[in-house]
Amino acid sequence: MSATAAATIAVAAPAGRGAARPSAWSRLTHNRMASIGLVLLGIIVAIVLAAPILPLAPPNVTHIAQRLHAPLTPGHLLGTDQVGRDILSRLIWGTRLSLAVGVFAALAAGFIGSVIGLLAAYRGGLADTLLMRGIDMLMAFPYLLLALAIVAVLGPGLLHAMLAIIVVNVPFFARGVRGGALSVVRTDFMAAARLSGLSDMRILLTELLPNVLPGIVIGVSTTIGWMILETAGLSFLGLGAQPPQADLGGMLGEGRNLLQVAPHVATIPGIVILLLAIGINLVGDGLRDVLDPKLKSGGLARFYPVTDAAPGAQRRRGLDLPGEAAARLPLALRGLRTEFRVGRSVYAAVGGVDLSIAPGEAVGVVGESGSGKTVTALSVLGLVATPPGRIVGGEILHHGEDLAGASLARLQEIRGRRIAYVFQDPQTTLNPLLPVGEQIAETIRRHQGLRRAEAMRRAIVLLDSVHIPDAAEKARAWPHELSGGQRQRVGIAIALANDPELIIADEPTTALDVTTQAQVLKLLNELRRQRGAALLFISHDFGVIAELCDRVHVMYGGRVVESGPVAEVLGRPRHPYTQRLLACVPELGRRGPPIAPIPGLPPSTDALPPGCAFAPRCALAEARCSAGDIALLPVAPGHAARCVRVAA
Amino acid sequence: MAGLILRRLLMVVPVLFGVSVIVFLVISLIPGDPARAILGTFATPANIAEVTRQLGLDRPLPVQYIIWVGKLLHGDLGRSYILHKPVAEEVMERLMPTLLLAGTALVLASIAGILLGVVAAVRQNGWQDKLITVTVLIGISTPSFWLGMLLIFWFGVRLEWLPVGGMRELFGGGGALDTARHLVLPAVTLAAVAAAVLVRLTRGAMLEVLRQDYVRTARAKGLTERRVIYVHAFRNALVGVIPVIGLQAGFALGGAVYIETVFQWPGIGRMLVSAISTRDILLVQGGVLVVATAYVLINLLTDLAQGLLDPRLRDA
Repeated sequence: MSATAAATIAVAAPAGRGAARPSAWSRLTHNRMASIGLVLLGIIVAIVLAAPILPLAPPNVTHIAQRLHAPLTPGHLLGTDQVGRDILSRLIWGTRLSLAVGVFAALAAGFIGSVIGLLAAYRGGLADTLLMRGIDMLMAFPYLLLALAIVAVLGPGLLHAMLAIIVVNVPFFARGVRGGALSVVRTDFMAAARLSGLSDMRILLTELLPNVLPGIVIGVSTTIGWMILETAGLSFLGLGAQPPQADLGGMLGEGRNLLQVAPHVATIPGIVILLLAIGINLVGDGLRDVLDPKLKSGGLARFYPVTDAAPGAQRRRGLDLPGEAAARLPLALRGLRTEFRVGRSVYAAVGGVDLSIAPGEAVGVVGESGSGKTVTALSVLGLVATPPGRIVGGEILHHGEDLAGASLARLQEIRGRRIAYVFQDPQTTLNPLLPVGEQIAETIRRHQGLRRAEAMRRAIVLLDSVHIPDAAEKARAWPHELSGGQRQRVGIAIALANDPELIIADEPTTALDVTTQAQVLKLLNELRRQRGAALLFISHDFGVIAELCDRVHVMYGGRVVESGPVAEVLGRPRHPYTQRLLACVPELGRRGPPIAPIPGLPPSTDALPPGCAFAPRCALAEARCSAGDIALLPVAPGHAARCVRVAA
Repeated sequence: MAGLILRRLLMVVPVLFGVSVIVFLVISLIPGDPARAILGTFATPANIAEVTRQLGLDRPLPVQYIIWVGKLLHGDLGRSYILHKPVAEEVMERLMPTLLLAGTALVLASIAGILLGVVAAVRQNGWQDKLITVTVLIGISTPSFWLGMLLIFWFGVRLEWLPVGGMRELFGGGGALDTARHLVLPAVTLAAVAAAVLVRLTRGAMLEVLRQDYVRTARAKGLTERRVIYVHAFRNALVGVIPVIGLQAGFALGGAVYIETVFQWPGIGRMLVSAISTRDILLVQGGVLVVATAYVLINLLTDLAQGLLDPRLRDA
C-alpha cells in the first residue's frame, strides 16, 4: 500500500546507518510469516524464470477446436481458454510479465521518487517548495484516476500503463524520502560534511542516501504487490497489455465474460495474482519489521492492564510472615522484586525492596535514574508495563492485603480510591482529547458513583483547591491550553479526588521550571496534610525530599542501600553512596568543598555485580564488598545501611 | 473551529487550482493534433478547424487555460463528439452513482476496518488478532475486480441472492430498495480493500496509543478497561485514523473504475474506461476533473472531522 509505505519510509529513515546489518537476512528468515512469503515467492519466481525451458505449449497459439477445456484435461493441466490456448502456459508467461512489470515499476517509482525527495530535502528553500507543491497537486487526485488520465493521453498499452502507474506512485516515495531525509539533513554530522567541503553529489550519495536507504527498501518492497495489482487492473480494463500478449490482469479480463460458462478461465489467474501479492506482502512486511527499529524490538506489544506477577507461593519464598503491624499500614513492601525481560537479558529493576508507610507519613525514595525508584512506585498498583515487566518476588501489602496477587477488578477499586498517583510529566500524562474537568470528574464518578453533573461540580471545587483561577472556566479547558504548572495542579487534583489514604508522587515536579516546582510541591504537601493522606515521594533531589518527608530510602541498582529518618540520614549518612549523593547537593550560602560528582555510571540492572552494586564506583571499596550479599543492617534506631563497613 | 474551517477552505483554493492545471494540461500533452484526437478518426478538416477555434487550441497555453477555466466556471466542459452531448451533462449524470457507490463502500470500510482494528489490538496475539491479520493480508493482496467476479459468481449466478449488475438509473424503475439490492455486492467488493488497510492502521494506532502515559494515568485512576480502551485510547487512535479514511476515499473513487466495470454500474468510472477506449478526451478530462474535485472536498471534510475530535488542531 503506497500510502502506508510512504509513512513507513518517514518512520524508518531515522534508523540511521547500518540499520541493515548482516543479521537482517537471518532475522528475516527467522520471521515465520516472512519465510512463508519467501518460499512462496521463491517458487513462483523459479517457475517463471524457468518458463523458456519448461515443456509448455506456446502461449499464443490458438486451437478453436480445443476451446474451453476444463482443468485437468489431458495435455492441458489447467484447461484451455476461449480460443483454445493452454492456460497453464499463458499463466506462467503472464505471471512472468506481471512480475517483471511490478518489480520494474516499483523500482522506477522508488528511484525517481527518492531522487526528488532527496533533492528537495537537501536543497531546501525554493526547490523544496516547488517540488513538494507539485507533489501535493499530484496527490490531490484519486490515485487510479490520474493513471487513467495518463493512459487516456498516451493511449492503451502495457508500457503506457506501467508509465502511468510509475507516475502516480512517485509522489508517495518523494514525500516519504523527503521526510526521512529532512531529519538527517538537520543533524550535526550533515553540517560537518558540508563544512568539510565535500561535493553535493558526494554528500548525497555517501551521507544522506545510506540513512534513508532502509526506508526506501521498505517502501519498494511493500509497493511491488500493489503495483502488480494496479497494472493487472489496467490490463483487466483493456488499457494495459494488448492481445494476444497477456499479463495476469489481461487473462482475468478475458475470463470475465466467460464467468458462467467456464469460471476457471477467470478464477485461475486471480488465484495466481493473489498468491503473488501475498508472497510479496509477507516479505515486504517482514523486511519492514527487520529494518524499522521501532517495530524491531517488538516495541508495539500491547501493555496489559495490570503488571504480571509470579504466583504468591513463589514470590513469598524465603519471606517470613508479615507482622501484625502490617494490617494498619497503607503500604508495606516486603522484598519486592520487579524484572524486565527483553530478549535474553533480564533487568532486575527492583531487586528486593522493603519499605513501609504509616498512616499520614511522608516517605521519600531518592536515587539516580535507573535506580529502580519509579519501577518500585509503579509496582504498587500493578502499573509497570507488562510485557516486559513482571513482579517476580515479594509482597505489596495494603492493610495486609497482597496487591501483587490481586485481581484486576480489586486493583481497580484501590487505584485512585485508596492509593492515587501523581505522575512525572503532566504534558504526556493527561489525555489531550478530554477537558481537564472531565479527567478529574471521571475518577470521582468511578469511585463514588456520583452523577455526571455532581462529579463535575466536585471537580471544579478540587480545581479551586489546587489554586487554579477561574476553576469553573478552566474545567472545560483542554490540557494543551494550560501551563505546565497548571497541568500538574490538575494532576494533583486527580490524585486528591477521592481522598486517598496514600498518594504516590513520582518526580511530580521534574518537568516543571524551578519557581513552579516549589509552589506545586508546597501545594501537594499542604493538601495531603489537611486530608491526612500518606505520601510516597519519588525524587532524585535530596533537597526536596528533606523538605517534604519524614523518612527517606536511598536506592541504588534496584535496592535500598540506606534508610532512616530524614534528619538522621542527612546528618549522619552511613552508606558511601548516600554520602556522595549528599555531596552533590549544593547548599546556598554555605562555603564548603566544591560539588564532587560521583565518578562512573550506575550499573545496568541486567548485569549487577555481586555484593554491593556501588562498589565499582566507591572510593572505599574492599575485596569483601564484592564477595556476597550484604544485609541492610541497623546503625541507629530506625536507621539502616547496606554496607560492609557498617557491620564492622 | 471557525478558524480551522476558514484556514482549510483557503487551503483548498490552491489545490483546486493545481488540479485544474494538471487536468487542463492533459489535452496539451496529447501527441499530435489535439483537435484531431478530440474528434476521433472520422474528423473532417472543417470539424478540426472548428474545434481548434472553439477551444482556442491555436493560442498560447496560458490563454487556452484562461478560456478553459472561464467556460468551466460556467459549467461548460466542452462537448463529447462521440456521445454527441455536453460533457458536463454526461458527467453529472454519472457522478451520483459513483458517489453513492464509493460513499457506501467507504462507510462500510470505515466501520468494519475500525471495529476489526480495535478488536485485533485489544486481543493482540490472541486468535481474533491472528484471524484478522491473516484476513487483512488476503484482503490487501486480492485484486478487487477479481473479488467482484467471485462475488458475482457465487451470490449472483450460483445462489441467485442478489442482482449482479444491470443498474441503469439510480432511482429508476425499481425504487430505492432495488438500488440498495444492486448496491450490495459492488459496495462490499470496493470496501474490502479499504477495510483491510484501515484494520492495519487502526490496530497499529491503538497499540501505539495504549502505550501512552495518559493511558497509564487512566488506569491509575481505577477506570475500567472498557473506559480506558474506548474513551481514552480509542479517541486518540481515531485522530490518526481519520486522515487515512480521507486517503481511502481516493482509493475508493479510483477503485470504483474496476468495480463499475465488473458490475456494470452506471458511474463515472465505467464512463472513463469507455471514453478512453473511444479516445473521447474531453469526456475523460471532465470526468477526472469532477472526481478529483469531489476527492479534494472529501479530504476537506475529513480534515474538519479531525478538528472536531482533536482540540489541539482547532487552536493550532
